[in-house]
Amino acid sequence: MNHSATIIVVEDEAQIRRFLRSALDTEGYQVVEAETGKQGLADAATRKPDLVILDLGLPDMDGIEVVKALRTWTSVPIVILSARSQENDKIAALDAGADDYLVKPFGVGELLARIRVALRHVSSVAGDGNEGLFAVDELKVDMIHRKVMVGDAEVHLTPIEYRLLTVLIKHAGKVLTHQALLKEVWGPSYVERAHYLRIYMGNLRHKLEKDPARPRFLLTEVGVGYRLAVI
Amino acid sequence: MIDHRPDPDALLEKVQRAEAQRRRGRLKIFFGASAGVGKTFGMLLAARERRAEGLDVVAGYVETHKRVETHQLLEGLEILPPRLVEYRNTQLQEFDLDAALKRHPALILVDELAHTNAPGSRHPKRWQDVEELLDAGIDVYTAINVQHIESLNDVVSQITGIPVWETVPDAVLEKADEIELIDLPPDELLQRLKEGKVYLPQQAERAAQNFFRKGNLIALRELALRRTADRVDAQMRDYREDNAIKDVWQVKERILACIGPGGSSENLVRATYRLAQLLRAEWIVVYVETTKLQHLSREQRDAILRTLKLAEELGAETVTLGGHQLADEVIAYARTRNASRIVLGKPTYVGWRRWLHGSLVDTIVRQADDIDIHVVGKESNFLAQAKATPYFSRSRLYLGLGSDEQRPLLKWQPDYLWAITASAISTAIAWLMFEHVDLANLIMVYLLGVVVVAARYGRGPSVLASVLSVLLFDVFFVPPRFSIAVSDTQYLITFAIMLLVALVISGMTANTRHQAKIAGLRERRITSLYALSRELAATRGEVNVLNIAVKHVADVFEAQAVILLTDANGHIVYPRDEGAPQSAHGSDLSVAQWVFDHGQMAGQGTDTLPGGDMVYLPLTAPSGVKGVLALLSLNPNRLALPEQQRLLETFTSQIALALERVRLAAEAHNTQLKMETEQLRNALLSAISHDLRTPLAAIVGASSSLVRDGERLPVQARYELSQAIYDEATRMSGLANNLLDMARLQSGGVVLNRQWQPLEEVVGGALAGMSARLLGHPVSVRLPHDLPLVEIDSMLIERVFANLLENAVKYTPSGTAINISAESSLGEVIVTVADHGQGIPLGEEKRIFEKFHRVANEGNQGGAGLGLTICRSIVEAHCGKIWADNTSEGGAAFHFALPLGEAPPEIEQEEIAGS
Repeated sequence: MNHSATIIVVEDEAQIRRFLRSALDTEGYQVVEAETGKQGLADAATRKPDLVILDLGLPDMDGIEVVKALRTWTSVPIVILSARSQENDKIAALDAGADDYLVKPFGVGELLARIRVALRHVSSVAGDGNEGLFAVDELKVDMIHRKVMVGDAEVHLTPIEYRLLTVLIKHAGKVLTHQALLKEVWGPSYVERAHYLRIYMGNLRHKLEKDPARPRFLLTEVGVGYRLAVI
Repeated sequence: MIDHRPDPDALLEKVQRAEAQRRRGRLKIFFGASAGVGKTFGMLLAARERRAEGLDVVAGYVETHKRVETHQLLEGLEILPPRLVEYRNTQLQEFDLDAALKRHPALILVDELAHTNAPGSRHPKRWQDVEELLDAGIDVYTAINVQHIESLNDVVSQITGIPVWETVPDAVLEKADEIELIDLPPDELLQRLKEGKVYLPQQAERAAQNFFRKGNLIALRELALRRTADRVDAQMRDYREDNAIKDVWQVKERILACIGPGGSSENLVRATYRLAQLLRAEWIVVYVETTKLQHLSREQRDAILRTLKLAEELGAETVTLGGHQLADEVIAYARTRNASRIVLGKPTYVGWRRWLHGSLVDTIVRQADDIDIHVVGKESNFLAQAKATPYFSRSRLYLGLGSDEQRPLLKWQPDYLWAITASAISTAIAWLMFEHVDLANLIMVYLLGVVVVAARYGRGPSVLASVLSVLLFDVFFVPPRFSIAVSDTQYLITFAIMLLVALVISGMTANTRHQAKIAGLRERRITSLYALSRELAATRGEVNVLNIAVKHVADVFEAQAVILLTDANGHIVYPRDEGAPQSAHGSDLSVAQWVFDHGQMAGQGTDTLPGGDMVYLPLTAPSGVKGVLALLSLNPNRLALPEQQRLLETFTSQIALALERVRLAAEAHNTQLKMETEQLRNALLSAISHDLRTPLAAIVGASSSLVRDGERLPVQARYELSQAIYDEATRMSGLANNLLDMARLQSGGVVLNRQWQPLEEVVGGALAGMSARLLGHPVSVRLPHDLPLVEIDSMLIERVFANLLENAVKYTPSGTAINISAESSLGEVIVTVADHGQGIPLGEEKRIFEKFHRVANEGNQGGAGLGLTICRSIVEAHCGKIWADNTSEGGAAFHFALPLGEAPPEIEQEEIAGS
């Protein structure tokens, strides 16, 4: 893992910044602190970060605007920090291009896991030679041969189920909002038909999961979307 | 033993009067017998003395008539600039009431109390300006001559032969705190007049010369002295009452004056007033509207209205009664009101006519032997006598409801045609019967025709029918037939009696018909009142009250109505609420404000700002004025009728009461809400202070120990302390989440984000979120495969599951299982979360859903008792229900039902599964 990665923390609360810095320092990341959105954007331009941790409630500008501004010129992974009352903002930020989110309060473990996923995703996109194959636990997907295995048994999926699964695999470990999934699997005209997604996700779970009510792979982010487990 | 203590009621009234006076300014009146006695001079002298005492004195309006002595006295006093009013190309100087109120001195001088203000002023009369000054707490010095006193007005006119138009109600004088009589013997006055010291307007000089005759002056002086003496006498009696000097047994007298349409009614009213003053009695003026009086001409009616208004101004209560027999009604009313005296006018009929018609005086004297009767004589009157008018122009309806216009002649013609037709039909029937019956029976046929016409078309047509019947009977049946001539002179008697009988019958029938009509009108009035009160009683909400009130007022009084209420600052504003009546936007807010502040009527037909088109009535309830009813009547004359006024008053008080009721109800509701909020806040505070302090104590303790001794502590201890901080902080976070949810749900600002969801996914989300908490409890989920999608807000329903699971974890021992199951039945999905703990104590099944409720003996289990309340709020927001019971194994089971509502949306079937 790239432990000398640079992370910009855009957060106005000094206490949170302190806690983030200590946690990230311990893990060997280079931490750059920014108190405001503007400063964060400036730092992102000059420091060439590997990841941005962005608080949604900034004093000078809307967190979503920061995401949009960043996305105009960089695909650097962005992890959103949000309070519970900012659910809609959170989804908007994800739809605007943020990669993941954490709801305050969160533990260090959670934070580091998300950072790892985001950073790994970047490296996997960069190409680690394993592109055609996805495997977690018992689930194995061979995308070259369009073959899905749970344990030793092959599972038959409908085309849409398969497409849904491959989209999730493409963004494995990341949260995908309902809207993003609908758009990518069904097309832009389906973004308002969330029940399609839910029904297919239910079907997929029944085919892939041992206990569909407690999924191992296809995780639900309530009110936001879905995430494919990577470990 | 005789009780010499003062009457407590009277004492209370006196205290209240003193209280009201303390808030009001004091009024001192300089009273004189005529112009030139030196009232203004006396007033200025007194004012200078007050000023020397250091009082803030302003001359509001002083008429010096350019007399040097008077003018000198004015020097050094602050003079309020007069208000200039343009009127018919001349500039009038008027007292500036608003400026005076704004300046607000301790004492103000306002001369010539009886003055009539220029048109367009706020009040028509200066004494009303003075009233307002007094109300504002300003002391007033003013001056008035005896001839301007309302009750003495006619006497003075008789003495001097000069009518006086500017009058001041006696009540103003009676309410004055001090009256100073400025007396000058007639000789000296005449001397001053000769010396030119008395101001006389040029144009009135001749009349004035006539006025200032010695005889007149003596009489006027006597009147003034007597009036002052009366007042002193009254003060003396007050003093005696105060000090319980009660050797005279006093019964409060009540005098009833009965007025009729005659011109002497005003004299009667004035005489009764003087009598009432003398006896210190209450007095009532009664007008009995008999059948006969319902046919009065407009002028006569107006005269009666004027008289009733005069009586009201003089302080009488006025009543209009309806009935057949004048005397019966008067006596009955006198008895119900316990009147000790009745005042009547002299009988109009004399001689045989009196014997024939009977006189009211005679009848009342005969029937009411326990009541004293006063008979007041006729006096010459300067006011124009009401003239009798031809019959056809008389208005048929006096009561005011229904049409008030005179019926045009054209409209009468069909009625008369019917009278002719009826007579013809009678003749035809009689023709058929002629062969078989006696002539006398034919008369009966004609009489029947007359009765029918009288009953249907009233008096005029029936009189015509009577005359026609006699003529036709003569022509067709009385020999010689087909000629008007009569063979037997005895038939003339037949004709006369036939005509008389027909006329009497027609008169009586027409009267009955008229009575029925009047009764119908009265009933309509009562019904309208009843309808209003019934609707108002059944109403909630101010806007509804206003709408109902306006609707009824508009219907009954044929007027555009609007009810104006105050904003938060007590300013009258136009109605703004959606749905509030919008009509009558022409209402003048400043007038309405005045009405609201003073609690008195204003606008057309009243004493205040009579110039406008609209009438403004205060809506006065027991606790004060609630608003103002503004009326634009299509028929202003009708509103002036005492009956209508009284009905309007009843309406306004009904409306005011209803307004007060809804406001009190709203207030009570708010108070209750406030109390509940208060209770809730207390519960919340105690719950939070407990639930926040406990984890905080642990966190502060553990972290401080880490900060202080971090280096020296063994690794294991450091780990344990950190773990404790983490656990407690997580607990606090859970509490914060619950409080946040609660606040959002209770504030009513939650908009459900409903989407079609598989329940499985929501359960999964909750289980994933709770995974750390659920480590010690195996959870089994049993959801049927065919469970339909439900339209829910997944975030919120997830909270329901989370709270129920949290509850189960909290109250059951580690290792026991938790079962989640669901079934769909009859349009709803019922979800059950059951545990295997101790179950819910008996009787607590409902209360556990209440806010901050915790099961007794629950010990130090975290949570503020909000979890289940949140569950209930969320489920109820989904139109579902939640309940709890115990399972057969003894554990607690929580169930909630979510309605399925409409069918879930279809989804397009995918083409054959890819292979």
